[in-house]
Amino acid sequence: MTMPLSVTVCQKIDQAIAKYPAGREQSAVMAALTIVQSERGWLSPESLRDVAAYLNMPPVAVYEVASFYSMYHLKPVGRYVLTLCTNLPCLLQGADKAARHLQEALNIGWSETTADGMFTLLQGECMGACQEAPVLLTNHHRMCCKMTPPQIDALLAQLRAEAAGKERDE
Amino acid sequence: MSAFLDFGPDAVLLAGLTGDNWRLKDYVARGGYEALKKILSERTAPEQVLAEIKLSALRGRGGAGFPTGMKWGFMPHNAPEKYVICNADEGEPGTFKDRDILRFNPHAVIEGMAIAAYVMGCGRGYNYIHGEIWEVYERCEEALAEARASGFIGSRILGSPFSFELFNHHGFGAYICGEETALLESIEGKKGQSRYKPPFPANVGLYGKPTTVNNVETLACVPLIVKNGGQWFLDLGRPNAGGTKIFSVSGDVERPGNYELRLGAPFAKLLEMAGGVRGGRRLKAVIPGGSSSPVLPGAVMMETCLDYDSIAKAGSMMGSGAVIVMDETRCMVRCLQRLSEFYHEESCGQCAPCREGTGWLAHIMHRIEHGEGRPGDIETLDRVAHNIMGRTVCALGDAAALPVRSFVKHFRDEFVYHVEHRRCQVADHV
Ligand SMILES: Cc1cc2nc3c(=O)[nH]c(=O)nc-3n(C[C@H](O)[C@H](O)[C@H](O)COP(=O)(O)O)c2cc1C
Ligand code: SF4
Ligand code: FES
Repeated sequence: MTMPLSVTVCQKIDQAIAKYPAGREQSAVMAALTIVQSERGWLSPESLRDVAAYLNMPPVAVYEVASFYSMYHLKPVGRYVLTLCTNLPCLLQGADKAARHLQEALNIGWSETTADGMFTLLQGECMGACQEAPVLLTNHHRMCCKMTPPQIDALLAQLRAEAAGKERDE
Repeated sequence: MSAFLDFGPDAVLLAGLTGDNWRLKDYVARGGYEALKKILSERTAPEQVLAEIKLSALRGRGGAGFPTGMKWGFMPHNAPEKYVICNADEGEPGTFKDRDILRFNPHAVIEGMAIAAYVMGCGRGYNYIHGEIWEVYERCEEALAEARASGFIGSRILGSPFSFELFNHHGFGAYICGEETALLESIEGKKGQSRYKPPFPANVGLYGKPTTVNNVETLACVPLIVKNGGQWFLDLGRPNAGGTKIFSVSGDVERPGNYELRLGAPFAKLLEMAGGVRGGRRLKAVIPGGSSSPVLPGAVMMETCLDYDSIAKAGSMMGSGAVIVMDETRCMVRCLQRLSEFYHEESCGQCAPCREGTGWLAHIMHRIEHGEGRPGDIETLDRVAHNIMGRTVCALGDAAALPVRSFVKHFRDEFVYHVEHRRCQVADHV
């Protein structure tokens, strides 16, 4: 079943399209995929088709883009995707400790999702912020710096509380 | 945000930045946009501005160190549609200077791009921002809105005949998009796979039109050069490489961070600014120019000055200016293994020597690190790395090979020990 793209999503995609010369709508495909993923959590085959139809692109061309860039999810993920940078500079500044702590606290390994569907844990590459290592991204948008084990515990607690708060509101 | 950010006494690009004074009014109070105003009001000939850039001996800060003035000079004169692109896809492990420039001083880059566009006759520009720094992208959007509202970007800028449209493009996780032709593919809405060169972007670039791609730091230097003169900038650095350079220091130092120094300053001074080796330990190794540059033994580095020629003479590269410091407790096998994994992960896969070669390197490094190394593995590493070099469409292949060859060359004993004893020689594992 295909859900139509929401009005706000369409407005945001239109803003992205306006950044490129006339006839170059395809340039907005990365932005469109980001916007749809933010709303729906991941990019299902239907979502890819929706984006393709909106931008007048062949679905396979949209799929190629979505599968090439590491931050798009073509499978369902947890409510919060946590990406920890484990590249060398972060590793030298405590990313190994952060990795162990996250895996133990969540009881999952890399690329796995917790049983309650709350967290997905990913291993990331350099995020260009190594002076604030270890660096962690939540849902690819918010950068959390100097993630020592106590910082990680605080973040997890905060995200769980946020999720519980949203459920109460709904 | 800290009230005072210390980038060093020689800072010109990062001077006076507090983290809070990034807005247009603050930039103008620091003398910002004066360079653009001056050339537009005086109708300075583009060739004259270009001459100052050439005199300054500004070299690209993105990694290759190509003279910026010469690069701009390659752009054809009478093409109707031309582009200038800012490369803010900072993903070279260890590099974090462009993020600080963009979040603390975004208008310097906007002004630099407008001047670049004026010189090369470009009507449009894009700033391609690394996917992982969404908050910086949002700041750039805000800064751009300010610049547009004040008439520094848009049609007929400051009442002159010059028009320039500028937009931010947000990436989404691909190191290869830092390579300029992969970046152009990405803006066109395709997967980021590098193009064959030639043709070069100056002739066939974005949407097939003449295009120049410059690094954030390169563009941020431009307003300073126009304002203070090419000679002033040249005098800050070396005769064939003017200016200061921002060094991103990470790893085993007391104060990881960005430090801006005149080109040619001794490495020992940079290390001291970063608080020295963490815990007073001994310096073992330094990767001086981002993960793609060859590693050097600490003792060699302590005798080296930080400019293109000196680092090359020592056997490595200035690269992006990302200095990764490793102390005596670090296992060189583990360090290289993580880098090899990175290049394998990030190869775009279109050329066999890179796709297969990075896979082999990662595979062999994994088994050596995990105590499963076989006799002959070290020679195989060197041979595979050798076979990648010079045989690929873009420089990612070489970037994957150079670290391998240098780690094995300088720290061969550790690799041999790992293979023979199936464990690490260094006590405190990474
Ligand atoms: C694999 C690879 C990654 C690169 N990543 C970056 C990058 O993140 N930022 C950058 O400015 N240049 C990067 N470059 C260099 C660019 O291709 C290009 O040379 C540079 O942006 C030109 O700008 P400059 O002349 O101002 O240095 C990369 C090159 C390669 C081969
Ligand atoms: S060298 Fe590697 S990254 Fe570059 S084009 Fe070839 S396969 Fe892609
Ligand atoms: S290595 Fe982690 S942010 Fe650079």
